[in-house]
Order: sequence, then structure tokens, then C-alpha cells
Amino acid sequence: MKYYVLIKMVPDTVEELIIGADGKSLDTDAVRPKLADSDEHAIEEALLLKEKIGGDVAVVALESPEVEDALFTALAKGVNQAVKLTGDWSQLGSLGAAQVFAQYLAPDGQLSADTMVLLRSQAYDDLEGEIGPCLAEKLGVPFVGVVTRIVPGAQEVKVTKEFAGGLRGEFVVPLPCVLGIQSAEKPPRYVPIAKVRAAQKTAKIEEVEGVAPEAQRAYEVERMYLPEAAGRAQMLEGSVEEVADKVVEVLAQNSLL
Amino acid sequence: MSQGILIWTEHLRGQISEITFEMLGLGRQLADALKVPLTAAVAGANVTALGSQLGMADKVLLVENPALTLATAATQASVLQELLHQEQAALVLVGGTNVSLGVGTVLAARTRLPYINFCKAARVEDGAVVATSQLFGGKVLADTRLAEHRGIISVYPGAFPAEAGRRAGSPQLIPAAVEVAPSPVKFVQFIEPETGDVDITKQDVLVAVGRGIQSQDNVALAEELAAALGGAVCASRPVIDQGWLPLSRQVGKSGMTVKPRLYLALGISGAPEHWEGMQGSRLIVAVNTDPKAPIFDGAHYGATVDALDLLPVLTEKVKARKG
Repeated sequence: MKYYVLIKMVPDTVEELIIGADGKSLDTDAVRPKLADSDEHAIEEALLLKEKIGGDVAVVALESPEVEDALFTALAKGVNQAVKLTGDWSQLGSLGAAQVFAQYLAPDGQLSADTMVLLRSQAYDDLEGEIGPCLAEKLGVPFVGVVTRIVPGAQEVKVTKEFAGGLRGEFVVPLPCVLGIQSAEKPPRYVPIAKVRAAQKTAKIEEVEGVAPEAQRAYEVERMYLPEAAGRAQMLEGSVEEVADKVVEVLAQNSLL
Repeated sequence: MSQGILIWTEHLRGQISEITFEMLGLGRQLADALKVPLTAAVAGANVTALGSQLGMADKVLLVENPALTLATAATQASVLQELLHQEQAALVLVGGTNVSLGVGTVLAARTRLPYINFCKAARVEDGAVVATSQLFGGKVLADTRLAEHRGIISVYPGAFPAEAGRRAGSPQLIPAAVEVAPSPVKFVQFIEPETGDVDITKQDVLVAVGRGIQSQDNVALAEELAAALGGAVCASRPVIDQGWLPLSRQVGKSGMTVKPRLYLALGISGAPEHWEGMQGSRLIVAVNTDPKAPIFDGAHYGATVDALDLLPVLTEKVKARKG
């Protein structure tokens, strides 16, 4: 079995996000890129599958700032192959990205039967929609998203998909397929920085020139801005001691103590 | 050419999903502003019963085919594409939910219509629809203009009032014939929510922990405070994904929906996915070191101290107050 995990860097929202001078995008200098959370889980799920039934894991990313860190981290975790598709993808939307990946995965349009493609269900900057269903569409293979469990079989996989309110559904999906991962069966494994540094010295990221897609973004952002505080909370100011006292008062006033 | 608005009805286990009524409310507002018809489409089993609940639409297209229930995004998109063609509609609304994920995306890929995700507001301006999306966990908004109101909008759950889309009455029900290829993906069974050791939906007091709790060991601090308050600990998605608490304690879009008397949110940023599961809480007190965290936009009270510093102090003071 060959597992491809397609990853993407997104702005770390722990940092303050600043709107760029064009008023239509983020200030890229102020952004700290990080791997999309559910891509972390997609890598973990692929590694778990490899441990269960064997196979090779390839992690593939479009060229973008700091993506090599994520690729080396994946190598340190145990993936077999890390690939960077080179090109200027800064203006690429989800449909275009799906085309670039599809061209890499199946240049002749046919995904080999023993292939599973795993990637995030959705990232918080996917304004043009989810890449997974587009990729599956392009490759002519089935897709299921919001997956939290994969039970591999010979020619098919059984997957668990989340709906809402804790309700889930079980589906059987024939191979090859594309699966949007919400979370892996286990939390993503920790890899010490020393191991990542070792991977940077010994392992290699393959660079493949990406094929520019036909599809360009079909939308244009008119304005990007920070939301105004609507019903702002009444803030409890002061030291930790003072805040604790104020919280206790609020609870008492609401008959919770 | 109708140039109208088409709503893709979401339903699960024989029930119309709330998102459908949210879309109907929004769709009605946009349709009236644009002076175009509002049409809803329902596909699956027993669609006549489902469609008769959609009184807010001018008409409802019915595609009776049990195989379309829980069909893949690609299969659903095939039906929607055919109906879009038949209706010559300009704008399509789909639910931005786990159930409908991918339907609009595939339709956009096939039709090359612009697709706008995470829509939380929309208005008509000079004959165009301008959709506002919330990105980066609710920290940034983006306005996108759909020229001639042509496009596909994925509506964020909870962003629009469902009540605005409910109208009793007898909408015009029109059977629609659409041929679809059988789906290669087969539904096996539903898996019911696990209640676990504690049913957080039945708790009066919830101490909720998020990424700011930093490690599994620190969850014990929250457990202690919850015990002192007579409640339970729940969490946002990152904590559950790390395996620090079981799935049964997850609050949010794909987790549980809770409505306690007190929701004490510790180290939770307030991403829309989490907000969706706890917005009905009677009293929300949020603690987060980031003064710009979206959680403060909806909480009743907030504090910007470190939740880990606050927890032991607050626990002691609660215990002292209770005697």
C-alpha cells in the first residue's frame, strides 16, 4: 500500500493576525506558518496504517514558507518520502491546488489501485472550499471527509466519519480513494527537535517541479478585516488573586455558589 | 432563465437539519432583495414529507431516491448540478456542515462557479451578492463579491437564525427526475454518541479546557475546580485530539452541544466550531491570555490572566466560599 499525505502550512492563529497593506490578505511578514492541525493527524493516521499493515508513506507539499520544516518533521516521525512541488503557488485556491496534486499523483490520470490519499478535511483558510473532494473528483476516485478512523481491508477500507453532536457513521470505501482526516486514531506522535535536526542532516526532500493548473481562483477577496467586538465580555481586571475573587463574586451573584 | 437561488436541503435520519432553515432565512432575504425565486431541493428517501416543511421556499424540487441518502459529495453534487441546470439558478446555498462537506466544492469544480466558504453574513449590493466569510478560527473576516450573484455559498452553521427560515404553509412541491450513477461508497451504520463516564449535556456547571491548558497533567487542575463547583470538565477539539480527555467530553461542531448554567472556558480561543456547541450556555466566563480571543466577543465575563495560574487560586476560593 502506498499512502500519500498532502500537507499545507497555515497561519498560526495563536499569533496576532495583521491585515496587509492591500487590505485583501494577511500581512505575510507577520504570519508564523504552521502545519494545519488535521494534516498533523493525517500524517499520524498514515503512520499508524503503515505500522498495522505495512506500506510506504509519502508526504507531499506545495512549496511555501517554512514547509521544509514540516517535511523534515514528517521524515523524523518515520515517513518514507518527503516531496516538495516547486512553483509559485501563492495565488492558488483549493481547485488549483487539487489540480497540481492530481497531476503529481497520477500524471496519466489513473491512481494506482493500492493507493490511499490522506489529507485534512478542511483548513481554516480554505476560502475556496475543501481540496479533498476536488482532488478525488479530478482523480475519479471516491472521497469521504471528516474521517476519524480507518480500518484497512484488501481492496477497500472501512471509515468512520463524524456528523454532529457526537453522532458518527461508518462507510465502506473502495481503493484507491481520497480521505479527509479530521483526527487520527491516536494523537500525533511527538518527535524531539534533535531527531528533526538529524533528519535535516541525513534525509532529503525531493523537489519536483509542479505543473501549473488550468484552474485559477474563481473569486476575489474584496476586503479582509478584523471583526469588531460585538457583545464584548465584561472584563474582570487585576491580578490572579483579584480575578479569582471577582469570578467567585460573579458565580455567587448567579446563585452558582 | 430564472437567475434564482437554489438551496440544497440537508437532512439526517429523516429530520431536516437546522442549517437548512438557516439557509432558507438567508435565501429568502437575498431572493427578495434580488427579486428572484427561491427554490429548495430535497433528495433522498421520503422527500415529500421533508419538502412539505420548507414553506419559506417558493417551490421545492423533490428527488425521491433512497440511494441518495448519505450519498457521497460527488453523487449529491451530480443531482445538484442537474437541478441547477434545469432551474437555471444563479446562486446555490449549501450547508457548511460535516454532512454536506464537499457538495458545493465538487459542484464548483464542475461548473467553475465561484465558491465561497465559511459564510457568516451576506448582503445584496449593486445587484451582486457580497458574502462575508469568517476565517482563521473567527479571527479575520473576508468580503467576497459574487458578480451577478452567480456562485456557490457554503453557509456556516449557527451564523443565521433558523427561525427566520421556518414558515408554515404548503410550498409548491415538484417531483424532479434526476438519474445518478450508484455511489461506490456504501453506508454501513450510525454510531451513536458515547456518553462515557459523564454526560456533559446534563451538567449544570462545566469547566471547559482548551489548548491553553498545555498538558494532560494540567487537566487535573480543572477537574479539581469542577469538583469544587459540582460540575464536570469538558474540552475543545485540540484537547480531545491530543487524547487528554475522551471524545464524550468534546464540545463543539462535531462534539456535544451543551447548555449549562455556567460554562467556564479556560484557555479556549472561541473558534466558531467550538462556539457552535456552547453558545446556549446561560453564563459564560472566559479566561484567555489573548485579549483579542474571539471567545470574549460572546462571553458574559472575561479575564486575560493565565488559566493555569488562576485554576488553583480559584479552586481554593470556591472551596472557601462554599465552606
